[in-house]
Amino acid sequence: MNQNGSDEKHYIDQYLRQDRMPHIWCPGCGLGSILHCFLSSLIKSGIDMDKVVVVSGIGCTGRAAGYVKLDSFHTTHGRAIPFATGLKIANPELQVVVFSGDGDLIAIGGNHLIHAARRNIDMTVICVNNFNYGMTGGQLGPTTPLGARTQTSPLGNYERPFNLPYLAAASGAVYVARWTSMHVRRLEQTITEALLKRGFRFIEVIAPCPTTYGRRNRQPTGLDQMKYYRENSIIRHGADPKDVDIDLNGKIIVGKFIDTERSTYSDLLDEVVQRAFGAELLKGDTSKEKATVAAPAPK
Amino acid sequence: MSRRGPLVGEFFMNGDIACAEGGISAGCRFFAGYPITPATEVAERMAERLPEVGGIYIQMEDELASMNAILGASWAGVKAMTATSGPGFSLMMENLGLGIMLETPCVLVNIQRAGPSTGLPTLTGQGDMMQARWGSHGLYSIIALSPSSPQECYQHTIKAFNLSEKYRIPVLVMADEIVGHMSEKVVIPPPEDITLTPRRKPTVSPEEYLPYKPDADLVPPMANAGEGYRFHVTGLTHDERGYPVMTAEAQDRLVRRLVDKIERNKADIIEIEEDGIDGADVVVCSYGISARVSEFAVERARDEGIKVGMLRLVTVWPFPEETIRQIAKRVKAFVVPEINYGQIALEVERCAGGAANTILVPHMGGSAHRPETIIDAIRRAVR
Repeated sequence: MNQNGSDEKHYIDQYLRQDRMPHIWCPGCGLGSILHCFLSSLIKSGIDMDKVVVVSGIGCTGRAAGYVKLDSFHTTHGRAIPFATGLKIANPELQVVVFSGDGDLIAIGGNHLIHAARRNIDMTVICVNNFNYGMTGGQLGPTTPLGARTQTSPLGNYERPFNLPYLAAASGAVYVARWTSMHVRRLEQTITEALLKRGFRFIEVIAPCPTTYGRRNRQPTGLDQMKYYRENSIIRHGADPKDVDIDLNGKIIVGKFIDTERSTYSDLLDEVVQRAFGAELLKGDTSKEKATVAAPAPK
Repeated sequence: MSRRGPLVGEFFMNGDIACAEGGISAGCRFFAGYPITPATEVAERMAERLPEVGGIYIQMEDELASMNAILGASWAGVKAMTATSGPGFSLMMENLGLGIMLETPCVLVNIQRAGPSTGLPTLTGQGDMMQARWGSHGLYSIIALSPSSPQECYQHTIKAFNLSEKYRIPVLVMADEIVGHMSEKVVIPPPEDITLTPRRKPTVSPEEYLPYKPDADLVPPMANAGEGYRFHVTGLTHDERGYPVMTAEAQDRLVRRLVDKIERNKADIIEIEEDGIDGADVVVCSYGISARVSEFAVERARDEGIKVGMLRLVTVWPFPEETIRQIAKRVKAFVVPEINYGQIALEVERCAGGAANTILVPHMGGSAHRPETIIDAIRRAVR
């Protein structure tokens, strides 16, 4: 039986850990719709679900890994990307998705983000940006708009925030897009497209956080925040990422900004190894070693 | 370029390189690291050797990332290691904790230098021994080995991989700058003579698999990512399903097992070397490079007619408590030379429990002890 008391299955149910419901997210939070879009995109992409790995850091968004019925890792604060890097390059067959928040990926994990983008590690990063640290009660972060009030900027934020698409693009991401959690159909299309692409893909999703952010910034409910997105989002595909800054309660430029091709870390590594050893490199060496690790232990 | 497989034969190499070769022999095919003196040669050797054996070397942006990357690689089913020194070891503490909590096999080599802070980057120290035991926050037990020679750097790295797979825990190889940079003969046996411990895999279907349901020895079998088990693991306190449970009961159940899986298997894990302890009046207890200087001092003291035994800790953590307790009943004192202001000496003193004195022979780092200092301490101990 599902939460509504009916036996009817929703098409994403099989990829959700029903035994962990209800989730911890607040009423009005955007994370539920974003997670739905993600799972829906995974289904549409046709990717083998056994090869999908979801890695999260810490925070409200970080809990996403715990709700998906897939191989999933809830790691330490800021470290989802380097953990995912190890997974992906050690086993290139895996389809690695990092699903985490702005505090996690941009503040404490900012260094890892720019380096993974620079290396063009083959992974999709979904960065849910709610402009503050929600889990700890609403403190300012590196995405908090100038002037916004938070628990640690009671007089209004006076730190200039990062423009995430600009940061990701400048660091080398081959795919950069931004939507809000109101744009469910477009977000789903974008994630599907990103999943089927190779290289470092970065998707920012602006999400309401009425509990700790909205109510201190004249958008006290999730619905108020959604209305704000509807009235202020401007779809501008191909916009120059440097022009997509977000001001407090100002316009939000959304769309797909970057979609390009560049050799991935593993492509370049393979190329160098082939050049160095050519035919001498015994194919299957790595799998032989993996077989050592994977050998069943005698009971 | 020509491609070499695992090396076999006798080589003249330093301890850093021997750690790398030990990793190769153990089946390590993933190294993530960050350059740091005096551990850089481990990374350099891995960068050269791993592509030759079908493995991957990646230089990360810092030691936080390096530690995470090896955890990720291990969960992808590839044996993984990193190497660092003091400042990097401090940064690795965060995700050493994650490795312990997720029960992730991997190996961390620390070529110790003198601290605190940047300290003496090029010169030796043994100041991280307590950090190895307690450096990450919270409660846990750990396994740490302390090589005294390049040959042991090679062997301990293999042993570390085997213990890490057997007990699903990151294992520390606590070498130091002198052992890391001294060159000696290292014998590398043919692969068929090296015993490797395979990963313990689930024997149940994905539907029945519980990622943290332990076997009788308290260690749970481990599925790798991408094998169809669709498991969830978290650094939060969790139950057998891997799901977070925020209660004192869940904490007790989990942490007790994480500690007990090491403490109850101490007899299997601990390796020590004893020499001339029966009938001794005093026992020198040391490890790493300090143990080598101590062995020389013990010989000289014996020449003077002093009945002195030598206890070398090959495994430092878990600590051989029972061995110390038993010896303490039969000797006047322990002499503990170490390149710090007293770390392992505290453990010796605790376990001796007043039955024998503990005489610390401290050294602040930058070089090894002079043997005379240790001989003097032995003389004082029997007086």
